[in-house]
Amino acid sequence: MAELNINERQAGDVTILDMSGKITIGEGSVALRTAIRRLLEEGKKRILLNLAQVSYIDSSGIGELVSSYTAIGKEGGQLKLLKLTQKLQDLLTITKLLTVFDVYESEADALNSFK
Amino acid sequence: MTVETTELTLPSRIDTVATAAAAVADFVGRSGISDDAAFGIDMAVREAVTNAVLHGNRQDEGKVVEIILKSSPDAVEISVHDQGPGFNPAEVPDPTIQENILKTSGRGIFFMRSFMDEVDWSIRPGGGTTVRMLKRR
Repeated sequence: MAELNINERQAGDVTILDMSGKITIGEGSVALRTAIRRLLEEGKKRILLNLAQVSYIDSSGIGELVSSYTAIGKEGGQLKLLKLTQKLQDLLTITKLLTVFDVYESEADALNSFK
Repeated sequence: MTVETTELTLPSRIDTVATAAAAVADFVGRSGISDDAAFGIDMAVREAVTNAVLHGNRQDEGKVVEIILKSSPDAVEISVHDQGPGFNPAEVPDPTIQENILKTSGRGIFFMRSFMDEVDWSIRPGGGTTVRMLKRR
């Protein structure tokens, strides 16, 4: 089984990536990077990452979230985060990245925020 | 006083990070430490081994990463040794200051210091860097 599974769905012009597993150095980080690059190539620039089922993330995974955020921003798009686990929220708090990312608990609220 | 010790010698590959984390989780599980502390140790070990493989040994498979785990009634201590040229942790920038927040790397040592009670680095006489991390019970 892959370290990180990513399922893509569309809600209007927002692409939602439902992710499950680990975003860690190696396979997990690469899977996220590959998915974001592909979406940008397809012109999909409004992206919501559903992290509810992400059980673990390391500094490499957090770096990949930052990299995705800046890459999408450079293309004039937006990356937002949905349903952080408590552990991930703690990590984003201590790294002060919670002040950078737009984070939502409800998918409906997240989708409305793109409008 | 009972002290349990385990030593691991692993290759300088990215998949060593997961191997080391699994071995440490098994060791920590037997040591009876709290779940929160175990999570912090897991984070710190992954970051320390990542640094040893990537920055210390630069993924040179002729070099190894040695890990020593010690569990005592007071604490769990983990040492990770690489065979690299060494570095000065004081020169690693603070990833939480404004100009560094959006950097894509440089948070590993910050996590190690955040989750462990003691973290220090030393250069071995024979070469290489050892990071020693301690988590009190």
